[in-house]
Amino acid sequence: MHPLLTVNNLSIRFQDGNLAVDDISFAVADGEAVAVVGESGSGKSVTALSLTRLLPAPPACTVSGGIVWRGKDLLAADHAAIRRARGKEIAYIFQEPSTSLNPVFSIGYQIAEAIKLHRPEIKDVNAEIARVLELVGIRNAGQRQRDYPHQFSGGMQQRAMIAMALACRPKLLVADEPTTALDVTIQAQIIGLLRELQQQTGMSVLLITHNFGIVSGFADRVIVMFRGKIVEAGATREVLRNPQHPYTRALIDCIPQLGQNKERLTTIDYSKILDSR
Amino acid sequence: MKLKMNPLITVNNLKVYFPVHGGLLRRVVDYIKAVDDVSFAIRQGETVGLVGESGSGKSTIGKSIVQLVTVSGGEIAYDGVTVSGLHGGDFLPYRKRIQMIFHDPYNSLNPRMTVEQIIGEPLDIHFKKMPKPRRRARIGELLELVGLQKSHADRYPHEFSGGQRQRIGIARALAVEPEFIICDEPVSALDVSVQAQIVNLLQDLQQRLGLTYLFISHDLAVVEHLCDYILVLNEGKIVEHGEPEQIYQSPKHPYTRKLLAAVPRLCL
Repeated sequence: MHPLLTVNNLSIRFQDGNLAVDDISFAVADGEAVAVVGESGSGKSVTALSLTRLLPAPPACTVSGGIVWRGKDLLAADHAAIRRARGKEIAYIFQEPSTSLNPVFSIGYQIAEAIKLHRPEIKDVNAEIARVLELVGIRNAGQRQRDYPHQFSGGMQQRAMIAMALACRPKLLVADEPTTALDVTIQAQIIGLLRELQQQTGMSVLLITHNFGIVSGFADRVIVMFRGKIVEAGATREVLRNPQHPYTRALIDCIPQLGQNKERLTTIDYSKILDSR
Repeated sequence: MKLKMNPLITVNNLKVYFPVHGGLLRRVVDYIKAVDDVSFAIRQGETVGLVGESGSGKSTIGKSIVQLVTVSGGEIAYDGVTVSGLHGGDFLPYRKRIQMIFHDPYNSLNPRMTVEQIIGEPLDIHFKKMPKPRRRARIGELLELVGLQKSHADRYPHEFSGGQRQRIGIARALAVEPEFIICDEPVSALDVSVQAQIVNLLQDLQQRLGLTYLFISHDLAVVEHLCDYILVLNEGKIVEHGEPEQIYQSPKHPYTRKLLAAVPRLCL
């Protein structure tokens, strides 16, 4: 299968000399769900942002390597080409829905913005808004689209964000910690919803998370990042069952499990991991 | 250990109603029953978990104990004394004994204050006569107690990571030597790996200082790990309560089952 997205030797360096991402390569195939797992500061969000050049321009931040999207190198592409891919072909959902949504515009207005920009052929915008809101499980969508973000709960706000991302029928959905700000019950719902939508629409998903717990049962493949480098990559079941790198094992071990009856939770011993490199 | 049998804090039929205003004159047309007839007791040295989704009223219960919200009905007794009716100065001695750790370490620390000022603020209120050098030494002690360094006292919150900030929040709560700490979702905003560190720290502190915790969380896995007793809250009411094993192995209420099902599992 031809990969949809190929990232070759990507390095991202900030102005202060901090090498956030250090020579990583990976690919996402059409219709595949890939998870990038790592702690804060491991470079996973920066990688996601670099895909459509959402990072600050040099010299604040220098990106090198190649990001090949459906045969085109996005790092070398001109502004217009990037604008076409950003949002339309590669859509994003961010961590905190309450700060991603603009509080002074209605939910419907904000979804309409995306539709009008990327799908000008659509005549009945309101019907399309209602359709995508229903798709993400918001009841009474025709009326609720007139609501403002503060009238939505956290879970509903995240659903609205997903609706906004899906409104442009993207080929790749980048979900950057989509459930971290939400309750566990809502987390389960949102992950379930993403899985369902992925199967329905056949889009690819790049899920970025710090929690191995939500990866199993969602992603086909996992990429584990530690301090800017990929330390392990493979099929989800394989990685979870038989983690090769000590960091992967540590990340899996520190998740509290029900009915485990451990005295203490396992924390990550960084010196051990750095030694083993 | 004094009177281990007697509860340290007793909450009886607690009600917190928020008025809903409506109509032309903004009259009170209805009430939102955030906490509706909740009763529980916590013994000294024990950790009680309060679990529920957002909007279930669990934070409101925590806030009502330290009088950050007005109680509409019921009674809160601390160490045998009814504290729910006390005002201002009368409540202050109890406010020293009950401290709180908040959900979001990014918003609960004032970005314009140094760590010394943040941790020193409760000392200024409850230990007005503490001399300057003693105060400085106490702040150093507290920082070391929570796994930070003395030299961190002169830094600002933005210089710290999320986990370190939560440690500062814990040091601030411990500054006035409290007996009872209300932990309002202290780990939900943190990475799983950092979450484990903070949970372990809370356990260590409990053993060293003999603290009593009310641990508020939406994550049953953490609560089950940490708590001696669990209360499950839904729409302002306690729907189930019991020991962790009992809740985990034979949940009776459908809502508890729903919460259990939502806990991420590593299906291997």
